[in-house]
Amino acid sequence: MSDIATRPAPNLLASPLVKFGLLLAAIVVALAAGIWLDSSNTLYAIFVDPFRQMAQAPDLLVQTIWEGLVSGVLYALIALGFVLIFKASGVFNFAQGIMVVFAALTLVGLYEKGVPAFLAVIITLGVMFALAVAIERVVLRPLVNQPDIILFMATFGITYFLIGFGEALFGGNPKQMIADQLYLPKGAIDLQILGGLVSLQKIDIAAAVIASLMIAALAAFFQYTRIGRALRAVADSHKAALSVGISLNQIWVIVWFTAGIVALITGIMWGARSDVSFALEIVALKALPVLILGGFTSIPGAIVGGLIIGIGEKLGEFYWGPLVGGGIESWLAYFIALGFLLFRPQGLFGDKIIERI
Amino acid sequence: MLYREAGQYKSTYAADMGVFPLREDRIGIAVILAIALVAIPFFGSDFFIASVMIPFLVFSLAAIGLNILTGYTGLISLGTAAFMGVGAYSCYKLTTLFPGVNIIVLILLSGLFSAGIGVLFGLPSLRIKGFYLAVATLAAQFFLQWAFVRVPWLFNYNASGAIEVPQRTLFDIPLTGASATPETRYFVCLGLVVVLTWFASNLVHGKLGRSWMAVRDMDIAAELMGIKLLNAKLMAFAVSSYFAGVAGAMMIFLWYGGGEAADVFSIRLSFSILFMVIIGGLGSLIGSFFGAAFLSVLPTALKFGLPALGVPIGGAAAEHVTFMLVGALIITFLIVEPHGLARLWQIGKQKLRTWPFPY
Amino acid sequence: MNAEPMNVTGTPLRDKGEVLLSVENISLRFGGVKAITDVSFDIRKGEIRAIIGPNGAGKTSMLNCINGFYQPQEGRVVFKGERRAKMRPHRAAAGGIARTFQNVALFKGMSTLDNIMTGRTLKMKRGFFWQALRHGPALHEEIEHRRVVEDIIDFLQIEHIRKLPVGKLPYGLQKRVELGRALAMEPELLLLDEPMAGMNLEEKEDMCRFILDVNNQFGTTIALIEHDMGVVMDLSDRVVVLEYGRKIADGTPDEVKRDQKVIDAYLGVAH
Repeated sequence: MSDIATRPAPNLLASPLVKFGLLLAAIVVALAAGIWLDSSNTLYAIFVDPFRQMAQAPDLLVQTIWEGLVSGVLYALIALGFVLIFKASGVFNFAQGIMVVFAALTLVGLYEKGVPAFLAVIITLGVMFALAVAIERVVLRPLVNQPDIILFMATFGITYFLIGFGEALFGGNPKQMIADQLYLPKGAIDLQILGGLVSLQKIDIAAAVIASLMIAALAAFFQYTRIGRALRAVADSHKAALSVGISLNQIWVIVWFTAGIVALITGIMWGARSDVSFALEIVALKALPVLILGGFTSIPGAIVGGLIIGIGEKLGEFYWGPLVGGGIESWLAYFIALGFLLFRPQGLFGDKIIERI
Repeated sequence: MLYREAGQYKSTYAADMGVFPLREDRIGIAVILAIALVAIPFFGSDFFIASVMIPFLVFSLAAIGLNILTGYTGLISLGTAAFMGVGAYSCYKLTTLFPGVNIIVLILLSGLFSAGIGVLFGLPSLRIKGFYLAVATLAAQFFLQWAFVRVPWLFNYNASGAIEVPQRTLFDIPLTGASATPETRYFVCLGLVVVLTWFASNLVHGKLGRSWMAVRDMDIAAELMGIKLLNAKLMAFAVSSYFAGVAGAMMIFLWYGGGEAADVFSIRLSFSILFMVIIGGLGSLIGSFFGAAFLSVLPTALKFGLPALGVPIGGAAAEHVTFMLVGALIITFLIVEPHGLARLWQIGKQKLRTWPFPY
Repeated sequence: MNAEPMNVTGTPLRDKGEVLLSVENISLRFGGVKAITDVSFDIRKGEIRAIIGPNGAGKTSMLNCINGFYQPQEGRVVFKGERRAKMRPHRAAAGGIARTFQNVALFKGMSTLDNIMTGRTLKMKRGFFWQALRHGPALHEEIEHRRVVEDIIDFLQIEHIRKLPVGKLPYGLQKRVELGRALAMEPELLLLDEPMAGMNLEEKEDMCRFILDVNNQFGTTIALIEHDMGVVMDLSDRVVVLEYGRKIADGTPDEVKRDQKVIDAYLGVAH
């Protein structure tokens, strides 16, 4: 132990389980006392009524959870793009959200200019590849071995550049995703369950299936190919990877291109649900709390985190939102993540952060 | 020849510890202040003062605030705009509750509320850092922005949901409201910015500033020197948010003169201020001014400057170009000079010091 | 503090009676790895105490336990008669324990002067508002401490790098600045973690001189980790030897040098 490696857990209170238990006990006690004292029914409205509603109309609950699940899948897809790049290059890519918008815009923009739909997809892939090469040449290569935070801020620059570039090329107006032309399913399946009607959009089901397939493919790619191993090596240390003869430049292009493909698929799915506009940029920021939940380096974490955030915020909005005037969806995800951080700073599946000196 | 330290001997530590130890620097600051106080109000047009100088001053103050947090203490915040919003809304509530108190006092007080909220959202910084903390500050940004819209008490239950800036005077001269001239508003902004910058400069050059930088550079060693990390970090959040809050109050009361404040204090504004700090120079007060000048003047310059030069450019196109330019500039600065304009300024001064014989 | 170099060959002003700090049966584990197992020793006032041992013997972990960066699972640290199971780093600093690090841990963005000034943090009492004004009491305080810091700068002969950012200094100078920063705390106990690692002979000699001077002039008790046996044997009053987290010897340099276990630990055992 010649250098200061990990700090051992200093005391009992630092153990997450104990803390969680204490917190739970405190909440139960506070609740009991509160309900007993409660005269204006606020606590009833917060802690009892929503659950009563859930029990009374399980079909609504299922519908809400499904909605949450679907937006969760999309958050997970964006988060996946982050994780890919973070794992392989140690760059916290703030621009992932805007890459989604940019890819979708390019696709739709090309189609509007008269390019056939599938050719447009191929050209868009080409554009994403060109983007990956450009980012590697212009941004990453000159910044090798800079502190993480500098690279992080450089991705802010990429974000802003892409916003301006995308708007200049395709205009800032919302566009319709070309879902029909790509043979994406339309309409809804209505299920008769739990004494009510639950309506599942086919596009959502398609999104979930495609997302699962892609994640499986990526996981296999990372785990079983030579490039995958090189990617993991680069993630651990740039210098060490260089010294064993891995070409950083090549790896970076590959990984940013992969993230670009993920972005395009996310953009198509998302665009098919609503429309393609820069408003997505703000929604894409929700991938950040997802990352906190899931850890920056874990693909399963990104998925589970995405689902937790998606379902959590939809439930919160639907059952608790009205109590405070609605619209809490805009920040609930961040608070879920924050609360989580206090117990597990490294995320659900993330590696323990080791402090060295 | 003009800029020499030779022959300027310092015989006391006080002289050596001055913020501007060189006589030339002191003269320079005096000249800049004189220009700001005399030349600009007398020779600048109303348009120049209202849409260039006042925004510049407001952004400078906000950038100083964020620089204290990000540049000096090393904590990234993406919630600056929200803390500015807290300042603006507190100021609005204060003017309603205490109509008799001078508006300048209220603007200064409103920063305290912002500081309090800042400390609250700074609490997680003990356990988390880096990217994680950046995300935590996003929680502040989105939550507060939501509160500005959904809590009608904040805007006095106006039907419009906007802040209405009342007229307030000092010695019968209107400072805020529709009848306040750009010059008066400019003088108020200038006074506030100069005084607060002076405080900031004192703080970063003193014990607190050293603690902040120690936390930024090597937090473990700082702890072993007896610096309490939580205190230092929360102090940084408090001071930073105070500056942001005052800047936000100034923004609504002295620049916009009211309006849909909830839209103004959006995440875009948070980013702009972060960019000012990056481009200006992390950990440099003068850099905050450079960055603010650069980024607040750039859009106006593109919008009005290019057409004047004969380059046809629409308002929307100018905006797109601004975005692309800002993005490209950030990357350029990070690659070429991570310490921003402030370092370029220093290098320039260093060159001047040895000019014309650099060896 | 006296800035003038003093004749250290004269009779040392050491008073080595009292125990300043003692560690009692300390054990430290990281998960399943035992870094330190049941180690006890003491450090007496005014002495130079060396902690030696092969790599991975738990020397740095020992220092980390002493100044509260690690909390040992078992055992106690008694400092100035106060016995505690765990020490918080800032409490240790307030109590008068300062240290330097194996890999220099300076504040890289700050100047030499500011780095050493940080060592005075705990001694500066003026509140926030005085600091914001930087006039009157706050300025006086700042000047008063600047004077102390200048004495340290003179003592360590680093006047010429006063205003340079430390990140750009050569390694040897960085180590010296780090010593300065620790000295600025006016510690009663100074922990030095390999103060001479990576130095050339001349720099080592300088550093030895500084350590002896600190001990003689300021009466500071010093605990140091060092691999250079020559340095250890010349400087230290008593030596404790660790191997695999256990104490295998404790005594004066001569005693330790003759100890069979120590010889085995360093040279290997013939089987």
